[in-house]
Amino acid sequence: MIDFSALLTNGIAQLVGTSAVFFALLAIGLNIHFGYTGLLNFGQIGFALVGGYGMGIAVANFGLPLWGGVLVGLGCGVVLALLLGIPTLRLRADYLAIVTIAASEILRLITRSTSLTNFTGGTQGLTGYGGAFTAANPFGQPRYSFFGVTFLRGELWAICVGWTVVALSVLLVWLLVRSPWGRVLRAIREDEDAARALGKNVFAYKMQALILGGVFGALGGICYALSVQSLTPDFYSPPQTFFAYAALILGGAGRVLGPVIGAMIFWFLVSVIDGLLRQATAGDQPVITFIDSIDVGAIRFVLVGLSLGLLMVFRPQGIFGNRREVQLDAR
Amino acid sequence: MPAEDPFAGVPPEPGCAKLNPIMTMSGITRVFGGLKAVDVEHLEIQRGAITGLIGPNGAGKTTLFNLLTGFDRPNSGTWTFEGRPLNRLAAHRVARRGVVRTFQLTKALAKMTVLDNMRLGATGQTGESFFGALFTRWGRQERAVTEKAWELLVRFRLDAKADDLAGSLSGGQRKLLEMARALMMDPTVVMLDEPMAGVNPALTQTLLGHVKSLRDDDMTVLFVEHDMDVIRDISDWVVVMAQGSVIAEGPPEALSSNKAVVDAYLGVHHDRALEFDADGNPVGETAELVTEMESVERGPDTARDGRS
Repeated sequence: MIDFSALLTNGIAQLVGTSAVFFALLAIGLNIHFGYTGLLNFGQIGFALVGGYGMGIAVANFGLPLWGGVLVGLGCGVVLALLLGIPTLRLRADYLAIVTIAASEILRLITRSTSLTNFTGGTQGLTGYGGAFTAANPFGQPRYSFFGVTFLRGELWAICVGWTVVALSVLLVWLLVRSPWGRVLRAIREDEDAARALGKNVFAYKMQALILGGVFGALGGICYALSVQSLTPDFYSPPQTFFAYAALILGGAGRVLGPVIGAMIFWFLVSVIDGLLRQATAGDQPVITFIDSIDVGAIRFVLVGLSLGLLMVFRPQGIFGNRREVQLDAR
Repeated sequence: MPAEDPFAGVPPEPGCAKLNPIMTMSGITRVFGGLKAVDVEHLEIQRGAITGLIGPNGAGKTTLFNLLTGFDRPNSGTWTFEGRPLNRLAAHRVARRGVVRTFQLTKALAKMTVLDNMRLGATGQTGESFFGALFTRWGRQERAVTEKAWELLVRFRLDAKADDLAGSLSGGQRKLLEMARALMMDPTVVMLDEPMAGVNPALTQTLLGHVKSLRDDDMTVLFVEHDMDVIRDISDWVVVMAQGSVIAEGPPEALSSNKAVVDAYLGVHHDRALEFDADGNPVGETAELVTEMESVERGPDTARDGRS
């Protein structure tokens, strides 16, 4: 039979887990890009990659302290945003989309190339940068339990730091989007030429938005690299960007808390559907006979896609979105 | 019209010098492929007056607007605003200098409230810079901006709509909003691209009143329009463009008697009777005209034959 309490505890562990933190930060960045400014960044995972690897390489290869590594990682995010933005932000929105998705793949292929193994760790991955993070862990016991959900001490430390970063990021985004600065971003999303005719330097605002969102992506990469303690290039593949988009749209684009709640629910759904399918296909007398248990990994995303599709039909504005705004598009 | 006629003694001919010009353009050309969309030799815009810019479709009026406001780059030419050169400036810098435009297809920011649309127009907001938004107290300035926005919304009768999304407004209300939003910048020159297009007749009168009130507030208005009644009603001076060039200038009353204007709008042969024989074939002068027109259509070389 299906063990629902196990499903729920696993789901809750994912709801607050490091994956949710990672995708929440990626989606917060995409929310600045897409939700507020209308920039189509399809390579957010590239920003996470340069954040994580920037920190990892600086600490593991050059012996920088951890805080120095974090600054290098964030700086890499800024540089990537400048490199992508300067040639494309004056052009139509689709050019940025093409360039960002290509850049994220180029970055992944460069980091996994064997000629750079000494530098990036190649396909074997990079480790040996997280010692200071582990040493700072204040939790003494090997494992902690909350309402039946158990976390290892390293995991709990990463979760605490991760959600603190998310909370500070949300605070920063909230302060910015309620200001006249955020109003200009929304105006650019609606109509660039109108903003220009009202004396706003559209290119500069788009560049600032691209950098800010990219830095959130890099921050996500840093948090994730610290929590898993190793960097593997193939983790930073294009579908991750689209999971972050799914989380953003699920929560509601253009809303401060949308990407955070969206990421939490997205990973809760993935975990519950995955657990359900695994339990239903396992054992001597499986509940579902026509699916093999090895197919579950793929089929869970089919079902997640289906749930997202249903959400878009019945609640197109996402969880936090404003129905009035979405109805304008339908006209 | 102001008490003293600002156009007294100005000869009604293309490129004439005005008594007190606020904008002076010379030698502006803009070429799209082989087509010369704008070719303005010299044009001056009188300060504090309403100048109407008219011409048939494709005359280059909107292209000239785009060039003057920095939304497009010319192939050649210079223009000055209050004695300082304005060409080569980016669109947002032109706007900050005080030359503010509206668009033929209204650009209301649909998913923002009417009030936010208005507040966006205010210039010099410290909270509009990234660090200013975080580290300055922009609240006081925001209140002043909001107050100014309310005054303009009341003047344009949009105050009841302040909290609605701009996308929910009717076409005419969007035109009003766009004009009101432009005024948030305290412009010196307001350039309106077809402000009456797609607006119902009742609202047209309101809009006309607002355009006139801009002149009363010492602003210079340059506007593109097709409707001759509107032109005659509000403009102090009319500039006629055809095929990219200025072909006539003058007070609106003199327009309908100007041969160049009538030819540009109705064609050179508009007053000639057409003659046909019993089979419907053109005869006499009409036949000559048809031959002439067909040769123009085919162009000088008839290499691409069989397409006529």
